[in-house]
Amino acid sequence: MNKRVAITGMGIISSIGNSVEENFQSLKNGKTGISTIENIETIHKEVIMVGEIKLTNQQLAQQLNLSNDHNFSRTSLLGAIAVREALENANVTNINDCSTGFISATSVGGMDLNEKYFYEYFKDESLHKYINSHDAGDSSHQIADYIGLKGMVTTVSTACSSAANAIMLGCRLIQSGQLDRVIVGGTDALAKFTINGFKTLMILSDTYNTPFDNDRKGLNLGEAAAFLVLESDEIVQKNNKKVLAYVSGFGNANDAFHQTASSENGEGAFLAMKKAFKLADLQPEDIDYINAHGTATPNNDLSEGRAILRMFTDNVPDFSSTKAFTGHTLAAAAAIEAVYSVLALQHNLVFPNMNFKKPMEEFNLIPQTTLKEKSINHVLSNSFGFGGNCSTVLFSKNK
Amino acid sequence: MKKSYINGVGCISAQKVVDSNFLSEVEINTTETVVRAKQPSYTEVISPSFIRRMAKGVKMGIFTSTQALKEANVALPDAIITGTGMGCLEDSEKFLKAILDNNEQFLTPTSFIQSTHNTVAGQIALGLQCKGYNFTYVNGAVSFETALLDAKLQIETDEANSVLVGGIDETAQHNIDIQRIAGKIKIEEDVPFSVLNPTSKGTILSEGASFFVLENEQKESSYATLEAISITNSLEVDEVQDYVKTFLNNNKIVLNDIDLVVLGNNGDVEFDVYFNQVSDLFNTTPQAYYKHLSGEFYTASGFGLWMALNMLKLQSIPADVKMNSIEKENYKNVLLYNQYRGKDHSLTLLKKC
Repeated sequence: MNKRVAITGMGIISSIGNSVEENFQSLKNGKTGISTIENIETIHKEVIMVGEIKLTNQQLAQQLNLSNDHNFSRTSLLGAIAVREALENANVTNINDCSTGFISATSVGGMDLNEKYFYEYFKDESLHKYINSHDAGDSSHQIADYIGLKGMVTTVSTACSSAANAIMLGCRLIQSGQLDRVIVGGTDALAKFTINGFKTLMILSDTYNTPFDNDRKGLNLGEAAAFLVLESDEIVQKNNKKVLAYVSGFGNANDAFHQTASSENGEGAFLAMKKAFKLADLQPEDIDYINAHGTATPNNDLSEGRAILRMFTDNVPDFSSTKAFTGHTLAAAAAIEAVYSVLALQHNLVFPNMNFKKPMEEFNLIPQTTLKEKSINHVLSNSFGFGGNCSTVLFSKNK
Repeated sequence: MKKSYINGVGCISAQKVVDSNFLSEVEINTTETVVRAKQPSYTEVISPSFIRRMAKGVKMGIFTSTQALKEANVALPDAIITGTGMGCLEDSEKFLKAILDNNEQFLTPTSFIQSTHNTVAGQIALGLQCKGYNFTYVNGAVSFETALLDAKLQIETDEANSVLVGGIDETAQHNIDIQRIAGKIKIEEDVPFSVLNPTSKGTILSEGASFFVLENEQKESSYATLEAISITNSLEVDEVQDYVKTFLNNNKIVLNDIDLVVLGNNGDVEFDVYFNQVSDLFNTTPQAYYKHLSGEFYTASGFGLWMALNMLKLQSIPADVKMNSIEKENYKNVLLYNQYRGKDHSLTLLKKC
């Protein structure tokens, strides 16, 4: 890649913590965020487990000091919390002091409100302020307004790979000189819509998800938001910014196989990884840790595993899926895993792939199941989504 | 840095644009508050067994992308990028209604599968077996412009030689109903509606799809080069002219170089003032508008681009779309401006090639 892009700040809220530090402690201590649902009324309460953030919308709004008449969806609330932390972390005091953009990612936007008030809108005028919540871009505007950003604001929605693609676009806009700084990431709140959607696809586990395990039963949905602050070298040098890590490469490809299933040989995933290596001018052997997509569905883990084997042949580096901690947080997944990838680089740690017991019979791939300390210079993070969307982002140490 | 040539176009809208000369059979609606896109016969491009099952947005997307690829003579693009404000709305509503009406029971996955915003881009990739870059943007009135900006970046940086880029939005009943009660759709009492010099609030809601092929080389089919795009989240009315001037300045072009301005006026008296700012700035330049033909939807600006490209190619402005009586011998540089309710402003600069 002609220009690596510096990460100067990050923020996160997930079921394993309300800040980067809390997430890091949970990852280190093997503390899962998977539990039964508390905040959503659903008939599936007793039969599924989720990665739910145990704060109510009211509590989240209070943390953000929003006025009582705010119209933020849970997706916007989570996003605003993560963005605020990322900006503080990057020591950005004036968001508009250089050309700044905001690129968010979401799969369902404010669906939590839309599904709640779908029929109530017609009965209660006081709910009309929420009418735009079905519009995914609306959540990005709310977050941008919350941080007072004036400039380029847009939203990526490529299902479960969305945030990886938001990171990519952000990097490309910095590399091409169109932006000096860009906040990239994703946010998705749990909703009945997605719970029931994945339920009809019969890929929800009724217990703790077990990535890459032979007896895996499916995924746990989760909710989260995470954002990175990316800044150009010029801004980093001018303001003497601390760089947490670099985005050193990325790749996006389409599996072109099926709307919701991944191909058996992981063609799209393989192509995405290949593109990322080419752009980064790195080789597979340079990778010290793979943060896999690893949703724990039978289809994903088989397809991704095959793609990893094609890419790395006999030298698969330490890899793990952190979905056993957080559940699958859909459009936010690649963003929270970007934060985890940076934490892995900063602390020289491979985070464990929890709940793994039995290797898959199709191949001999054993994820790292315990916290492992080792020198980490490059991390590869995968994310795949409906519509054949496959994305890989490479993160490298600041050195 | 490679230039982006627009070498093929495809469009479905409330107007008859398929199998018809450019805006030769225009229908101007002044009484309907919601106008559906004229659906072509899909049998040529989609097998009949699929037509019934496919979402309207997917069908419109496949049809118009096929048109664009055919015109550009591109069999397999290197990248597919779409923008959609609301995604596959009909399927989203269908699935949501089923959840609510049946208390989360007896659900089938079809409408959930089709409800994802990137369904159109995914289905086109699947149909073409295109394994390249595949992106979907969803950000209100700049959904399509973000896709266009990304496509241009792909060409400039040599990431792709050819990019299929488009915008798609479909109408769906629940969204129409709630947009009505939110006052965003015109009310029948206010007929007749006029997009120019409006006196009533709200817009006429519609739907449509438009696709374009961007390539790094000029062809016989080339319409124009895509010179620049800018998007910004919100502007005060008094900031609009500066926004335009800065954009022109950044692209080393002056006001007088613009030969045609294409504005996204949508007949909403509340927000018309934004368009007036740009119109006033170019008061000696030919101006055209299009939402009286396309109606308003988040990716209606794709119809605007389709129209602008055709005007550049034909070097004339149809009477039905003229906003003023100024004409020019030659049309070389075209500027498009759009916004929705003071948000999601965009500028697009085209140049004849």
